Amino acid sequence: MPLVDLKVWRGDDNGEYISYLVEYDEGEVILDVVHRLQSTDAQDLAVRWNCKAGKCGSCSAEVNGKPSLMCMQRMVNFTPGEEIIISPMKTFPLIKDLVTDVSWNYENARKVPAFSPKKVDTDGKHRMQQVDIERGQEFHQCIECYLCQDVCHVIRDHPENKDNFVGPRFFVQIASVNMHPLESASQKPSALYGFGLDYCNITKCCTEVCPAGIKITDNAIIPLKERLVDDKYDPVRWLGRIISKGKSGK
Amino acid sequence: MVSQNTQTESLFNRYAKTLRKDRWWLEPLLVGVGLFIFVMYSTVSAALLGNYWPYEIGPYVSPFFEPLFYTDILPKWVSPAIFILWAPLSFRMTCYYYRRAYYRSYFLSPPACAVQEPADSYSGESTVPLVVQNIHRFSMYGALIFVPILWNGAIRSFYWDGEIGIGIGSVLLLINAFLLSGYTFGCHSFRHLIGGGLNSFTGSKYQLFRKKIWNIVTVINSHHKYWAWSSLIVVGLSDLYVHMVASEWITDINTWNSFF
Ligand code: SF4
Ligand code: SF4
Ligand code: FES
Ligand code: FES
Repeated sequence: MPLVDLKVWRGDDNGEYISYLVEYDEGEVILDVVHRLQSTDAQDLAVRWNCKAGKCGSCSAEVNGKPSLMCMQRMVNFTPGEEIIISPMKTFPLIKDLVTDVSWNYENARKVPAFSPKKVDTDGKHRMQQVDIERGQEFHQCIECYLCQDVCHVIRDHPENKDNFVGPRFFVQIASVNMHPLESASQKPSALYGFGLDYCNITKCCTEVCPAGIKITDNAIIPLKERLVDDKYDPVRWLGRIISKGKSGK
Repeated sequence: MVSQNTQTESLFNRYAKTLRKDRWWLEPLLVGVGLFIFVMYSTVSAALLGNYWPYEIGPYVSPFFEPLFYTDILPKWVSPAIFILWAPLSFRMTCYYYRRAYYRSYFLSPPACAVQEPADSYSGESTVPLVVQNIHRFSMYGALIFVPILWNGAIRSFYWDGEIGIGIGSVLLLINAFLLSGYTFGCHSFRHLIGGGLNSFTGSKYQLFRKKIWNIVTVINSHHKYWAWSSLIVVGLSDLYVHMVASEWITDINTWNSFF
């Protein structure tokens, strides 16, 4: 079996990268190799994983500096003897080795508005048409790997923004609620303000790393920004509001 | 299997600038150089040389100067392009794609994904000056006006001296109008206005119609970056081409034989 030079972060914030030569097979993924390392030279290596199928969002890390799922990185893309640097996600507090404390995300999950459906029809039922629910399906693909949160420079490079910015994963969440055909609070400013949408400079790194293929920037963030523009900056709507105010004043 | 300790110094706190090993700097570099060349060229061609470098010949008018108006009352040092350029300029400057491009290439905010941003603090588009980017909706309305104007220029370029014909210039101006339309109708603000702002498309026939248009705009929008670049390059080339023909540096190949 060929060998790779796995350079893995070990320890807490004061830790260091340690290199290990580990055997691998072309058909494997990085996570397999990390598991081999864990069963041989580094038995106390901390690493989260669950499905090994890119579906649970547990094995998030940074492979050669790129936020990615370790179970989705194929070894065939590396050459024998190559050095592969594996680091824990930078944006979250490090617990040990490759495991970080992602609880900041759970706090944000509590901050974003919950679904508040419109009243039911007279027969006591809610109705939605297929064409109306298609748009939200994309947002439901999220596996909560938090790679988009990890890569977002707003908090990655400026942790002081963490109080004012819920991050791309929760913009996806807000979009799925705000654009829902049965949502009753879409028009309320409280549904869009206070989450830090205007901190995002649409540089699209979240979209680049999302393993679920969600077009976070194009389909969630920009449309939400545009809904804010409707509320605040659209000259035609200003005019419309002035006219309708004038009419209702009469 | 051997294990060895190779690195004692802590890379973790700053991740140096990045641990990426690929050529992450290539895209922001190319984009930065490309935008720089275009801005320099258009400033010189349209703003500085406006009245000193002929921009009109036969049926061709450079798209930087289309539509031609008030050309006579202006002092010679003021370029007639100033009536035109503010619209595409503010549209492109505040475009979501170009924002991404120049935030990465010039503001290094961030230069590439997972590459450390050099600035110490960051407030994005939440404060002055960048909050001004929200005027994109205004400039989108302005840009919509220019689509028929440029099509008009393109169609006119097939007619000269009482004869319908075709020349390299007419083809260029036609491609330019087409690409500009793709760029404008693929705009994120336009996509929102057409249907993105709705939560339900099934309330009425009108809404269902908007959904159909929205689907088309969504396809165009998903290639917005390519429309942005192709329309930028072709508008620059069309301008250069008309200037060169008008200055008699090159001869236009066409069915009219000559413009002179
Ligand atoms: S597009 Fe916005 S939310 Fe996504 S990574 Fe960039 S700054 Fe963050
Ligand atoms: S949006 Fe994508 S990158 Fe972000 S948490 Fe969900 S799956 Fe992961
Ligand atoms: S182990 Fe589940 S996503 Fe990688
Ligand atoms: S023109 Fe690019 S987003 Fe509007």
